[in-house]
Amino acid sequence: MDDLIKYAPALLAGFLENVKLSLICGALALVLGTILVSARVAPTPVLRAAGTLYVNIVRNTPLTLVLAFSSLGLSDTIGLIFSDTPSTNSFWLVVLGLSAYTGAFVCETLRAGINTVPLGQAEAARAIGLTFLQSLRLIILPQAFRTVIAPLGSVMIAMIKNSTVAIAGGYLMESAFVMKDTFDDTGVSIPIFIGLVIAFMVVTMPVGFLTNRLASRLAVVR
Amino acid sequence: MTEPGDPLVSLRGVNKSFGTLHVLKDIDLNVARGEVVVVIGPSGGGKSTLCRLVNRLETIDSGTITFDGQELPAEGKALARFRSDVGMVFQSFNLFSHKTILENVTLGPMKVRKVPRETAEKRGMELLERVGIASQAAKYPAQLSGGQQQRTAIARALAMDPKMILFDEPTSALDPEMVQEVLDVMTGLARDGMTMMVVTHEMGFARRAANRVVFMAGGEIVEEAAPDEFFDSPRTDRARDFLSKILTH
Repeated sequence: MDDLIKYAPALLAGFLENVKLSLICGALALVLGTILVSARVAPTPVLRAAGTLYVNIVRNTPLTLVLAFSSLGLSDTIGLIFSDTPSTNSFWLVVLGLSAYTGAFVCETLRAGINTVPLGQAEAARAIGLTFLQSLRLIILPQAFRTVIAPLGSVMIAMIKNSTVAIAGGYLMESAFVMKDTFDDTGVSIPIFIGLVIAFMVVTMPVGFLTNRLASRLAVVR
Repeated sequence: MTEPGDPLVSLRGVNKSFGTLHVLKDIDLNVARGEVVVVIGPSGGGKSTLCRLVNRLETIDSGTITFDGQELPAEGKALARFRSDVGMVFQSFNLFSHKTILENVTLGPMKVRKVPRETAEKRGMELLERVGIASQAAKYPAQLSGGQQQRTAIARALAMDPKMILFDEPTSALDPEMVQEVLDVMTGLARDGMTMMVVTHEMGFARRAANRVVFMAGGEIVEEAAPDEFFDSPRTDRARDFLSKILTH
């Protein structure tokens, strides 16, 4: 218990990095997932193929490899540099990898939502003269989003927890790494372990709770 | 009733198959400006497909379709613009479930025609008034009866000031007591000179409102005639057989 109290400030600082990563990646993944799913249902075969290819590659690659590629491949080899400060640079490389990874899951969740929207909605949208993008934006996606709010919550929870493997992208400031680092000094400390678990639950449980509430409040009645 | 003018829609040698099923065979059909054409016939005869071809919700395999003298655009913005001129009323209403009744009616004018919200809402309320559901404007489709939903769908089509409205079995999904309220609105439109193509099983409506009845069976136009002529003295055995089955009970 003393260990937990002693190292709490460092752990908390690390945990706030997880929160920061999650907020940024969550927003980016939602945007990316929406773009990807638009491609996957587009009338243009090339776009559909590109969307499918992306999802199948990124979704089926272990996150640690995605992050390692982001850091070792994109940054070290190809030379993608976000900042001269190493920790800032690796932070954004992890953002890139985790968003790219989570975006694929958001895409597939949204696609499941789109499949629940009756075909007649799209036909009616086309019949009044909406273009493909308009009918997607105004008719299909709003209904799809509402249908999958709860599963999107699960994707977000998974993403928040996934932020603890940021070390694979070379980012050493988040809580799981801080914890391991601390254990090097203190030996394995169960209270620190539990403290960190609780910290994550404090964030993830409300996400689940809120998305479930929203899902029933915003459900599309047909 | 206004006298039908020059052809607005013209189908020439149109063929359509779904896989190996040849649903429309060498269809030739004109719909004149201001004309009300009712398409009747047994199920699976290609009536709905015919209706859906006209605004290109289905593509054709061969032949030509012209609208207002122009061949139908194949895709993209031109197709969207064309569709905005042709209203469509579906069997299952297809109102936008996440939008209110008024929003359903104003969406097209605002997003396609770029009409300002105020103007669109004012006109939308007028149209809802006209189809008798202005008091339901703030509700969502699922809160309305089938008849009310279908009248909303008609108002939604009218909001685009279409040159023509297609009706694909507009009363087939309705409870019997709601059929009449929808037919009354349609009869009113016909009287006002709207060009209409109506796929329906409502023979009373066909007799009352149609300029011409087109009888389809087996993917072909078997017979077309003025309603009285068609119902009183059908020329083909196929039509006689069909009418005897539906009019005897």
